[in-house]
Amino acid sequence: MDIANALVVFLNFVFIPAAAYGAQLALGALGVTLIYGILRFSNFAHGDTMAFGTAVTILVTWGLQALGVSLGPLPTALLALPVGIAATAALALVTDRAVYRFYRVQRAAPIILVMASVGVMFLMNGLTRLLIGVDEQRFADGARFVINVRDFKAMTGLQEGLALKSTQALTVVVAVIVVWALFWFLNRTRSGKAMRAYSDNEDLALLSGIDPDKVVRMTWIIAAGLATIAGVLYGLDKAFKPFNYFQILLPIFAAAIVGGLGSPLGAIAGGFVVAFSEVAITYPWLKVVGYLFPDWQPGGLLQLLGTEYKFAVSFVILIVVLLFKPTGLFRGRSV
Amino acid sequence: MSDQAFGNRGNRDASVVNPRPAGTFEGSRKSGAAGPGRRDDPFLIGEGMSGGYGRGPDILHDCTIAVEKGEIAVIVGPNGAGKSTAMKAIFGMLDLREGSIRLDGRDITALNPQDRVRAGMGFVPQVNNTFPSMSCEENLEMGAFIRDDDIADTMAQVYDLFPILKDKRRQAAGELSGGQRQQLAVGRALMTRPSLLMLDEPTAGVSPIVMDELFDRIIAIARGGLPILMVEQNAKQAMAIADKAYVLVQGANAHTGSGKELMANDEVRRTFLGG
Amino acid sequence: MSNTRQANTSSRWRAPLLFLALAVLFVLEGTVRNAMFSGSWNTALGILNMGLISAITALGVNMQWGYAGLFNVGVVGFLALGGLAPVLVATAPVDGAWQAGGPRILLGLALGIGTLALAAQAWKRMARGRLRGLVLLAILIAGFIAYRAIFDPAVIAIEANNPARHGNIGGLGLPVLLSWAVGGVFAAAAAWAVGKVALGLRSDYLAIATLGIGEIIVAVLKNEDWLARGVKNVTSIPRPVAYEIDLQQNPAFQSFANRLSMSAAEASGIWVKISYLSLFLVVLLVVILLAELALKSPWGRMMRAIRDNETAAEAMGKDVTARHLQVFVLGSAVIGIAGAMMITQDGLMAPVGYNPLRYTFLIWVMVIVGGSGNNWGAVLGAVLIWFLWIKAEVWGPALMGLLVLPLPDGGLKAHLLDSSAQMRFIAMGLVLLLVLRFAPRGLVPER
Repeated sequence: MDIANALVVFLNFVFIPAAAYGAQLALGALGVTLIYGILRFSNFAHGDTMAFGTAVTILVTWGLQALGVSLGPLPTALLALPVGIAATAALALVTDRAVYRFYRVQRAAPIILVMASVGVMFLMNGLTRLLIGVDEQRFADGARFVINVRDFKAMTGLQEGLALKSTQALTVVVAVIVVWALFWFLNRTRSGKAMRAYSDNEDLALLSGIDPDKVVRMTWIIAAGLATIAGVLYGLDKAFKPFNYFQILLPIFAAAIVGGLGSPLGAIAGGFVVAFSEVAITYPWLKVVGYLFPDWQPGGLLQLLGTEYKFAVSFVILIVVLLFKPTGLFRGRSV
Repeated sequence: MSDQAFGNRGNRDASVVNPRPAGTFEGSRKSGAAGPGRRDDPFLIGEGMSGGYGRGPDILHDCTIAVEKGEIAVIVGPNGAGKSTAMKAIFGMLDLREGSIRLDGRDITALNPQDRVRAGMGFVPQVNNTFPSMSCEENLEMGAFIRDDDIADTMAQVYDLFPILKDKRRQAAGELSGGQRQQLAVGRALMTRPSLLMLDEPTAGVSPIVMDELFDRIIAIARGGLPILMVEQNAKQAMAIADKAYVLVQGANAHTGSGKELMANDEVRRTFLGG
Repeated sequence: MSNTRQANTSSRWRAPLLFLALAVLFVLEGTVRNAMFSGSWNTALGILNMGLISAITALGVNMQWGYAGLFNVGVVGFLALGGLAPVLVATAPVDGAWQAGGPRILLGLALGIGTLALAAQAWKRMARGRLRGLVLLAILIAGFIAYRAIFDPAVIAIEANNPARHGNIGGLGLPVLLSWAVGGVFAAAAAWAVGKVALGLRSDYLAIATLGIGEIIVAVLKNEDWLARGVKNVTSIPRPVAYEIDLQQNPAFQSFANRLSMSAAEASGIWVKISYLSLFLVVLLVVILLAELALKSPWGRMMRAIRDNETAAEAMGKDVTARHLQVFVLGSAVIGIAGAMMITQDGLMAPVGYNPLRYTFLIWVMVIVGGSGNNWGAVLGAVLIWFLWIKAEVWGPALMGLLVLPLPDGGLKAHLLDSSAQMRFIAMGLVLLLVLRFAPRGLVPER
């Protein structure tokens, strides 16, 4: 039994990719869950909001690169990120003013807001395509690896190598900072508490003098920020393709629901649950098992499900959690 | 749901729609200007109030409620008499067709509820009167949201009044018992340092022992000099502590007097207190 | 409270006039040749036929949303599943495929379903506790291993059978019209399974469940080569109508075309499209007729009662969840029929084409624009939106060309002109938002 090598294979192919992916999903799910908690609907345009924010960030990145600006080992996109966030927040606020506010004032059922968000989804989708086209874009620059396979092997003398891409490390670091900042905001600041109060009990929040319009504006700005960050990190880690950002809506919704819609803590937990199950179930375990039990010769790759079916995993996890714990892992419904 | 166009067609899909009910009152209504009060007004008076919800029929008919400084006033009456409606009218959650509300020498009829809180009204709704996922302390902080000064003293006073809240200050309001939750709701309203406290059936749904304790606290608050207007279901107990009681029947004043007078009134006793 | 800008009662001429306007659009498309219209009856009828298929799909969605408030965002999946039916029912059998692993495939599938059923029964029958969890887990793991052991070799065998041309299980060689009904059954079965889970919980989770199942069905079609050759596509699905090439070689048809002063090629295209058109119209009218009859029956009255006041209906003893499941299954069956019709018309099963934007969300635009809850509205919305969707591809660049006229030649202008085909997404978003805002009941409001 060769535990060290098995562990390295596990870290390299399961843990690290899943952690990075989980962080991206968690950031996306946080935005969805915030909007669900405060505006009371699931925003179908969230994936396209991510795509729009990323597209703007990419355009600014290209501009910076053309000017010769770079961040050394870090991707230039980090420098462009604030611009992307600002543009996306502005778009979200304009959308709210032009579309969603009307239905709030009319006291429309939230399902109507869901429909409106489908319209916004089409609009943002077209806007993003107009902005940057439909093709795949890679915009990661700077150092590629924090640890690369050869150095790792030389350092440890193990047979298996471990690679930690800088984008993966960056994803996790940024996600931790963002989540910390968000929780600090929600739990420690007056405005953050006002948001939680509004999501708990609208009437009482109003009577307490909390301005609902301000709460809604803050929600959109934060959700747009989270969406852009999630989108840029996902794009750095993999590649930017508008259609993929639409497809990521399913795992993001699944993560938010698995965690308990409306619960920020749940969104984070849900993101990692979905990501780890997706990677673990579609990963061929043959190599890991080979190191652990050298005498066992299994017939197949020990892959539970082909990678093409990774969406099915989020779906199954979702169904299982809902069957056993209908409100999600963390009791949802409130921010 | 009279309007199909923006209705939900019976949809109850929790994966896209938050089942939490929407707010019930219009938060974006702008206040009009406050006018001058009248000479010799009581501290608070809702005078000649007539009106109902939205375009519905009138529920209140020329109803008058007043509270003097340092008093406890209660509104009692049979079910559906419009007790809570009268209180909501005073708080501005109802469209008044006629009548005016005057508080502390100002005519506040045109103010929206938020601005009435700023003008000194502390209101404790009957239900949904806390922020369930927030801790007791955060609930009290939210109560003081409109204040910009230091709230530590007020919070200490609330904790003195309701020691249980201090013990549970880190606990979420949703995990409290019914009586504790009512205490928190009253404490939350006190955080604005109101000049008048309005309680909508504070003892609804709590056990008799807890009810006695709550009444004790309310008397203690009143002794501290804060006038109280209260709607109560338990008429006997309410009248026992009331300086002034209003018996409403079908949205109009039926009897008015001190608690003792009304308790001694045969007609009130017979028709309403059950002998 | 009346808070819409739309009058509650609309003129009874409204729907006929709108349909007339739509007809004028198609006549213009067929006759006028300019920057906006093609002036080709082949194009016009092609758009109309696809519009009718969309209309049937929209009818299915309209039943679910309009009658019961169910928000189905997996339309693409049910449509794709319906499309599988012509492949499995109508194409010619593949030599050796069945012998290679047909029975084994069926056995494997039965085993998979049996495992799930057994697990569900164990969960229902056994007492709460750790034992129940362990038994459930054991059933599922054993079932999964057995399923893979039986299923995988069969798949490999079938896919190895003449992989260049086939490699799939093949069809039954039955009439293709039969497959339309089978498509409905396929979609209904999937809908039943999804609805059973997603509608049975404390509150519904239908939206996310359908979103997921939609993705999964399309993924299955793309990747399970033994089923319908995956991304290698199945072509030559038999037609219920004549082939253009046969018509063109038929002397009688040639003289018929001459009398209409058309080329035989053009006339044959139109002939085929009109044949499809008649078939589609028959299906559409039957579906509408049944839907309207159902709506006026006691069942329909109950559905409306549930929709308009669920709490009251529940108190009266109507099992709301069971009714919702019924409507969901029925609506999905209609979507499945439309899916089978689409594949029949295309003569080609190409799973990469199943894009949720086009086949789920665009259908929603059709339903909302047409008028939620109104069957004729759904038809009008579907044909109109489909027409706009197709024409936006032409009009978008034309409009963009006008807009960028003042710009100097260069990168930006070229980029804008290049991506102007994407204008259709913006156009659809705008149409949906405008209708939802200014005519929330849709073009033909529900009575």
